[in-house]
Amino acid sequence: MKHTPLHALHQRLGAKLVEFGGWHMPVQYGPILEEVKTVRSKVGLFDLSHMGRVRVTGPERERFVESLVTCFVGKIPQSAIRYGLFCKADGNPIDDLLVYRGADEVFLVVNASNTAVDLAWMREHLGKHDARIEDQTDSLAMLALQGQESQAVLQELTRDLDLASIGYYKFGFGTVCGLKHTRVSRTGYTGEDGFEVYVPASEAERLWNELTRVGTPRGLKPIGLGARDTLRLEAGMPLYGHEIDATHNPVEAGLNFGISFAPEKGEWIGRAALAAVAKNPVRRLTGLKTAGPRVPRQGHKLFQGATEVGYVVSGSVSPTIGANIGTGYVPVALQAGAAVELEISGKRQAAELCALPFFSRTRK
Amino acid sequence: MRPNDRKYTESHEWIKPDGETMVIGITDFAVAELSNGNEGDLVYCDLPEIGRVLEAGETFGEIESVKAVADLNCPIAGEVVDINTATEEHLEILSQDPWNAGWLVRIKPVAKSLDKLMDAAAYEKFLAAHKH
Repeated sequence: MKHTPLHALHQRLGAKLVEFGGWHMPVQYGPILEEVKTVRSKVGLFDLSHMGRVRVTGPERERFVESLVTCFVGKIPQSAIRYGLFCKADGNPIDDLLVYRGADEVFLVVNASNTAVDLAWMREHLGKHDARIEDQTDSLAMLALQGQESQAVLQELTRDLDLASIGYYKFGFGTVCGLKHTRVSRTGYTGEDGFEVYVPASEAERLWNELTRVGTPRGLKPIGLGARDTLRLEAGMPLYGHEIDATHNPVEAGLNFGISFAPEKGEWIGRAALAAVAKNPVRRLTGLKTAGPRVPRQGHKLFQGATEVGYVVSGSVSPTIGANIGTGYVPVALQAGAAVELEISGKRQAAELCALPFFSRTRK
Repeated sequence: MRPNDRKYTESHEWIKPDGETMVIGITDFAVAELSNGNEGDLVYCDLPEIGRVLEAGETFGEIESVKAVADLNCPIAGEVVDINTATEEHLEILSQDPWNAGWLVRIKPVAKSLDKLMDAAAYEKFLAAHKH
C-alpha cells in the first residue's frame, strides 16, 4: 500500500486507516457523522494526496486531452476547471476527473484507484501529439479545506492572491505558507465552498500543521474519507465504482454537464456511443431516501411490489438530511416521488425516489 | 482479560452456557470495530425469529454501523428460544455492556460441547495475531 506524505501524521492523530485505491488512508479521526457536521457547519481539512495529479504540457496538449475527455477543453476559460470523464469507445468511463486549463498546461486530477489506468490510457493514445505527460502524484501533495470557514482560514496563510477573487471552479497561484506559485482551486467534493491546494510533498506536513493552527479557533478538524463519502453523496456527486464504472455510463448517470457533443470539439473516444445513449437512455441515476433504520448499500435491489425496478449504487446515513440516503439506477420512466422498496437481506424497507443533489451550498 | 466464563469464535461472537440454554453475544472488539468507539455509529441490529433452528456457523442476523454491515454467526447448532429486543432497540447497550446486558440471542443447543471454540486466553492470542 502506498503512503501519502502525511501518513505518519494521520497515525499520530489516531486516525483509523484503511486501504483505499491502493493507498493507506484515514477513513476517520473521530465519529464519522461528527466529521460530516464539522464540514457542513465550519471547516474540515482533508489529505487528498492519494488522488492522481497529471500535468500535460506541450503545443498540442489541449488537442490531445480533448481527444480523450468528454468535456470541451477548448471552451474552458483560462484558469477555470471543468468536470469530465475518460471513456472507452463503448461510452463507459475508465475514470472521471477535473480538467484545469492553465496558460501553458492542462492539469488533471484523477481518482487514486484509476491513476495507473489513466496514465496508461493517456500514453497509449498520445500518438503523434506534441505533448508531454507528467505524473505529479508523488511529487505533489493535495490538501482540501471544505466548509464555510475555508476562505478565512486559507487566506490567513496566503499572500499575493485574494481568495475572494477566485470563483467556484476557478484556480489561481499564490504564496501559501511561504511557498511561492502554489496552485489553489475553489473546488471540492462536499457540496460546500472550499479549496484544494497543491504543494510539494516535502511541505505537506508544514501546510497541514499551519492550517490546523489557524483553523482550529474557527472550528477546523481533520476529516477522513468516510465523511467525505457521505458529503459527496449528499451533494449528489458521483464516485467511480458506484454511480459510474465500466458498465455505467455518464449520460445515464446524469453527468451531461461534463459531456460536449459540440462539432467544434472534434472526435473523442466514446462520443458516438454516448450520443446514442443520450438519444435512447434506458435507465437513469436517481436519489433515494428511506425513513427506515437500514442504510441503502451498493447492490441492494429496488422493488415495486413483485417487480424488480432497479438497484442501489451508493448509500449512507445522512446527518444533514436526517435520513438514510442513497443513489441507484431505475428505468427512466420512474420519477422522483415514486415509492419503492429496498430489499435488504431478504426483508423490505420503504424508500422514495428523489432528485439529486440532496444538499448543496455551491449549486444553489 | 475478557471474561473466561464463556467461549469465543473467530468472527467475534461469544457463547456462554446458562443452565439448559446458552447465551450468544458479540465481543467488545467486534463492537469497537463496527462503531469505532462511538456508540452512535451503530444503526441497526437484526435478530432471528424465536423458534428458528440454526446450524453451527449459520448467519442468524446482522448488525449495521454507519459504514459497515457485519453478519452474526451462531457458534454451535441449536434452536433460538429468546432474543434480546432491548439491544435491538437500544444499540448503545452493545457499547456499554457487550458481555451481559448486550446479549443477542439465547439458544437451546443440539449438543453442549464448546470444545471447538476458543477460551478467553486463546481469543486474546487470536486478536493479537490478527491485529492490523
